[in-house]
Amino acid sequence: MSYEMIGITVLWIFLYGYLIVASVDFGAGFFAYYAKVTKQDHIINQLISRYLSPVWEVTNVFFVFFFVGLVGFFPDSAYYFGQSLLIPGSIAIVLLAIRGSFYAFENYGSKKSNVFMFLYGATGLLIPASLSTAMTISEGGFIEETDNGVRLLTGELLTSPYSWSVVFLAIVSVLFISAAFLTFYASKANDQPALELMRKYTLFWGSPTIIASLTTFIAMSQHNHRHFENMLDLWWMFGLSVAFFLGALLLIYQQKRYGLAFIFVMFQFFFAFFGYGAGHLPYLLEPFITIESSVTNETMGLALVIVFIAGLLLLIPSLIMLMRMFLFDAEYVKGKK
Amino acid sequence: MELDSAMMSRMLTSLTLVFHIIFATVGVGIPVMISIAEFVGIKKKDPNYTLLARRWTRGFTITVAVGVVTGTAIGLQLSLLWPSFMQVAGNVIALPLFMETFAFFFEAIFLGAYLYTWDRFKNPIYHWLLSIPVIIGSTMSAFFITTVNAFMNTPQGFELEGRTLTSVDPLAAMFNPATPTKVFHVVTSSYLTSAAILAAIAAFAILKKKSSAYHKKALKLTMVATFIFAIMTAVAGDLSAKFLADEQPEKLAAAEWHFETEEKADLVVFGTLNEDNEVQNAIRLPNALSFLAHGSFDSEVTGLNEFPEDETPPLWIHYMFDLMVMLGMYALGVSFLYLLLTKIKKWNQHNKWILWLIVINGPGAMLAVEFGWIFAEVGRQPWILRGFMKVAEGATTSPNVGWMFLLFLALYIVLGIGAVSVLRKMFKHNPAELELEKRYPQVEKGGDLK
Repeated sequence: MSYEMIGITVLWIFLYGYLIVASVDFGAGFFAYYAKVTKQDHIINQLISRYLSPVWEVTNVFFVFFFVGLVGFFPDSAYYFGQSLLIPGSIAIVLLAIRGSFYAFENYGSKKSNVFMFLYGATGLLIPASLSTAMTISEGGFIEETDNGVRLLTGELLTSPYSWSVVFLAIVSVLFISAAFLTFYASKANDQPALELMRKYTLFWGSPTIIASLTTFIAMSQHNHRHFENMLDLWWMFGLSVAFFLGALLLIYQQKRYGLAFIFVMFQFFFAFFGYGAGHLPYLLEPFITIESSVTNETMGLALVIVFIAGLLLLIPSLIMLMRMFLFDAEYVKGKK
Repeated sequence: MELDSAMMSRMLTSLTLVFHIIFATVGVGIPVMISIAEFVGIKKKDPNYTLLARRWTRGFTITVAVGVVTGTAIGLQLSLLWPSFMQVAGNVIALPLFMETFAFFFEAIFLGAYLYTWDRFKNPIYHWLLSIPVIIGSTMSAFFITTVNAFMNTPQGFELEGRTLTSVDPLAAMFNPATPTKVFHVVTSSYLTSAAILAAIAAFAILKKKSSAYHKKALKLTMVATFIFAIMTAVAGDLSAKFLADEQPEKLAAAEWHFETEEKADLVVFGTLNEDNEVQNAIRLPNALSFLAHGSFDSEVTGLNEFPEDETPPLWIHYMFDLMVMLGMYALGVSFLYLLLTKIKKWNQHNKWILWLIVINGPGAMLAVEFGWIFAEVGRQPWILRGFMKVAEGATTSPNVGWMFLLFLALYIVLGIGAVSVLRKMFKHNPAELELEKRYPQVEKGGDLK
């Protein structure tokens, strides 16, 4: 495999990792706020903060890893994405900053205020929306290159059905993934009321997720025919994705094997995400950047791959340790440690 | 001064960095202090130190949070504000940037584990062991990111043909001439600043409500650390000056208002410049600059006039350099004085005057870090990649940077106020003496061991 293929695969895996862990986090913010409004917060807040407190920083690193890696493997992307994404990128940073720091302020500092809960819930939905902008513009048609540099066509972006269907898909997927995870976590903690509530949420957010996937597919066929055709060639990946989705819903409906159900949800998004990504190639940003044209020089590519493998050898055992301490340690999850 | 995109990009980057390095500096140094305190607590079986580690850790979570989010901000802003620079330099500096995120990842994982396992292990040494990877992670992070900055000062490891880079050597780029002294200086000054701030807190507590054993022990521990790290920082600073004399003479010359190349050069302390760039009102230390630059009093020091005028940094960095050095010396002096007072039996090391000097040293050390970075960064103007790319060529052309500046200014004000008020609340309503009694009932009132 060439360096650029290794590079993009590595990055895509990290973006997928971020998609899963960040969704749990972002969705939890929304559920926590919603539960407070409907006066059910005593049921799930304990559960949410026990999981999130030790891992929120790790979630953030997945994201940093992705964008640093992208610029590292494909320096040209810094130029085009950097020039065009100044405003949406800055807004996303500000939202992430408010969310991350206020999470720590509230959890380690003082009691939860209403303003905080609202910010925490609202940013949980706005961040995925603003981050998905980068995904949308990579389809092409939203930026132009002139003699003065590259600029974003904001008007086109705001009126495009494709961009809105991506935003919608991002938000409902976040809620679905998060609900599925918290259902599993509640069952692990043997917390019946929380389990019941989260289970209902999971079943509820399942349908908009699959509808949004479909509308995004259709909008894609209008917006970028090449990418759409590529994805049709990979129809089996999307078929597997739907199959895992149905499997997950069935398990949750039947109230059994919640852990397996969440793994199914992870597979559902894995296949959809990789199917989408594979169809996107060879372009990173249509029509300006292809992966061959923008890849870093060979020496650096090799160095990055070596460091990446060394890094994984360090990270994987550490991550397993963290998960065993806080995710799969029944005593901790139940709140006894 | 024209407020074009390049200028606004510089201002926004400065704003983010000035704010970020406050939290980055303590992020590197405080884990070291926490680990030392916890270890001393285990070895001496003295819960005062263990509580010290616990309470520092609790405050640390707040500063880490702000450090993480502002670090994410500067990470993305590099590409958003300097796209052309990143396009070129990304080919050469991707490796340390990438490794920095690994170090950050490593630290994040173990910090979470450390925070939530205080009472989990029967043998407390296991919990202490979790602090080691946190220190490794934070210090390695500082190491890698500093190599990137060092590269921008003394770029090497590539050849530039137009906008195409050839013969890239990632390791040569990372281990460029500026790397050793920069890393040494950054790491030691971070440790120093963190120790100085924690000492200032302890001194302030003793001043405010008389003293308990807890605060006195905290003060002694942090002052010993301050003294050791201050010596190391001074050595690192001296090596950095010698490095500048060899590799970046225009920066040293601008810092010292040294215009003519000459032997036996004087060190200029403070003073003003008149219209003809003549130094007035300054204290001159004869031959000291020669010594600072090359280690001998009669060596030749390159003057600013040797360089084309459009390639020299602004002359006001002289004040930044002087302030940094002065505050560094102050940290060394105060900690030495305190240690002297503890050694001489009939003197009281907790008298009001020395405590106030120690309190001032906390913010002073942080200011020294800020001044030092401003000196280092403005001192390589007009270059973004010294000798290869000027700042204006690297900046974004987007017309909206001004608005983003206001957006981030508002963000940092909110974060700053939030962090300070949460930290105040955290410790005000929960004094150490009370917590000590509650957690460790075997300890007598006042914090002494039974």
